[in-house]
Amino acid sequence: MKAKETKTQEIQSVPSKKGEIHPMENLLRMDRMPHIWCPSCGIGLAVTAFASALEKANIDPNKISIVSGIGCTGRVAGYVKLDSFHTTHGRPIAFGTGIRVANPKIKVVVFSGDGDLIAIGGNHFIHAARRNIDMLVVCVNNFIYAMTGGQVAPTTPLAAYATTSPYGCVEPPFNIPYIADSSGAVYVARWTTLHIRRLINSLAEALQKKGFSVVEVISPCGMYYSRINKLGDGLDMMKFYHDNVEIRHGEDTKNLDIGFQTKIICGKFVDRERPSYMERYNQWLSDVKGGSRDEG
Amino acid sequence: MKADPKGVLTGSHTLTGNHACAEGAFAAGCRFLGLYPIVPSLEISERFLERAPEVGATFIQMEDEVSVLAAVLGASWTGKKSMTVTSGPGLSLMMEHLGLGIMLETPCVIVDIQRAGPALGMPGRPAQGDMMQARWGSHGDYEIIALSPSSPQEMFDYTIKAFNLSERYRIPVALMSDAYVAHLQEKVVIPPAEEIEIEPRRYYKGAKDKYLPFKRDKDFVPRMVNIGDGYKFHVTGLTHDDRGYPVMNEECQEYNVHPLVWKVRNYVDEIIEVQEAETEDAEVIIISYGATSRAALKAMEQARKSGIKVGSLKLVTVWPFPEKRVAELAKKVKAFVVPEMNFGQVVLEVERCSYGNANVIFVPHGENGVENTDDLLSAIKQAVQADKVESVIIEFNKGV
Repeated sequence: MKAKETKTQEIQSVPSKKGEIHPMENLLRMDRMPHIWCPSCGIGLAVTAFASALEKANIDPNKISIVSGIGCTGRVAGYVKLDSFHTTHGRPIAFGTGIRVANPKIKVVVFSGDGDLIAIGGNHFIHAARRNIDMLVVCVNNFIYAMTGGQVAPTTPLAAYATTSPYGCVEPPFNIPYIADSSGAVYVARWTTLHIRRLINSLAEALQKKGFSVVEVISPCGMYYSRINKLGDGLDMMKFYHDNVEIRHGEDTKNLDIGFQTKIICGKFVDRERPSYMERYNQWLSDVKGGSRDEG
Repeated sequence: MKADPKGVLTGSHTLTGNHACAEGAFAAGCRFLGLYPIVPSLEISERFLERAPEVGATFIQMEDEVSVLAAVLGASWTGKKSMTVTSGPGLSLMMEHLGLGIMLETPCVIVDIQRAGPALGMPGRPAQGDMMQARWGSHGDYEIIALSPSSPQEMFDYTIKAFNLSERYRIPVALMSDAYVAHLQEKVVIPPAEEIEIEPRRYYKGAKDKYLPFKRDKDFVPRMVNIGDGYKFHVTGLTHDDRGYPVMNEECQEYNVHPLVWKVRNYVDEIIEVQEAETEDAEVIIISYGATSRAALKAMEQARKSGIKVGSLKLVTVWPFPEKRVAELAKKVKAFVVPEMNFGQVVLEVERCSYGNANVIFVPHGENGVENTDDLLSAIKQAVQADKVESVIIEFNKGV
């Protein structure tokens, strides 16, 4: 269709210097830039880290599919140049499960936010972890529903403000690595968008892992979470991460609660082996049939 | 295209409707089942799982019906023909992804073995209470295709038909059966594979970097590709352009959503199938679908014997509704009698399409047994006596 002239197209039409291309042009949809994320948002950093991790892990971009749900992070699938799906609220893990089971040659990445994956999609999250579906889940946690303008989320720290918690959040938040760990994920890590190098390494490692991997990315939301809680802008949040993050690899996941402006513990907490869903499925199949189907 | 012999159990069998449905799915080329256990649809899943290894099909039992249809849509994009089976409570949960399936134009089949509702209702009792939900249940504007089988043989035949329509129009298709037909055991003849016509998926075959997932062909239907084929496509549930990119303006809403409706409405003559019996000289026509058409045909014979000219119009395709044919017949007959195992759903369409030209008598059917014809016969008698054009509802159990 001939859509109305948009800002996107104007910017795209600016001629670049000969031979000058964005270093991630092969992995990002440059025809969709600029993206919708606000200044000071950390989601772009998470996407950059993911693209770098794909290269680092040497993943064939034709054999990987990315699925997102709804929300700010839900828009990630739309900017990554892979077979990409922007699906329903909370269901990207279920959608990705269908892809993975129907074609085990496809690597599935679910890239979505805390509200999408842990609130409305919480049930799918724990069941995919239990089944140990081969899937990397990147959960960007900005402590708030940002796309809708800053409502309280299941990750909002106690006492933090949101538009729907005008006197401070009264519900204790979920500890995402703890849910992932106790539900059976084989790889669980947490980083902030300040720890780009460590995040890239972690994502690359998780991409090569068989089974259900979860990487939580703590991200600043300058427009809603920081503003309503008077925490400054994106740079102030980065400074906060710098001063308050403690890296503790192998820490027991039940110690990873995040309070309002308290210390954040990052690191790789879980890295274990457990038969994946497809491994068990193929085992069942070879038991009944005496042969296995295509390997994942 | 002919059916893959691997999935076709050629021969004459005695099967329940549910088992026939599973065989129909295999014959149609279905190779992925997403399921969540629910009465009275379970036997379809059980048969599918039992035969899956030899046919080369795969399946997963998900954590709820919401995720089931999400998984089915994901599986369909890998190139596998996919389906799910459920009943009313599950269908309610599937409405979210029915909408996504419509918006992403993803072929799949949803089998709904209807049971009495609302809420949990009576899991084993047949009903036809989900007909309007299948049509309107998900939010926003769309068209749907729904078929209704009345016997195990039709469960087999229409399951194949559902898959074919779903691939042809790139749309989720609902097979609206009920607990009676699902558990009925009858002879089912499965023809050889080379006699089963299969609609292949319409694939895009052009250059990899030129693929537009929603660029409509002349037949309104965009071409598909599979995940993993190197096209790096994007699709979204938001209003989108040909590239599958979200565009938030009125112009694009029209550009995107109107064809979702017209790709069905423009092809109603190809999609709609009805079965007529003795409608030529009929004074009264019974319009029915699914299990109730078994009683309808019996009642027609009994009424004919007593000298009343009764015909039958059986809806194979309930959605889209055969409005043209019903409007034509309304001018010729005195009345339509519409039996349904609900409190009046498809009868509303019959009334609408009669444009006041014929009486419409609704018969809430099935309380005295699905194949019992007493209530139908009394409605037919009432139909021939009534002069005034009016709609009548025969009420049962009036007053408690």
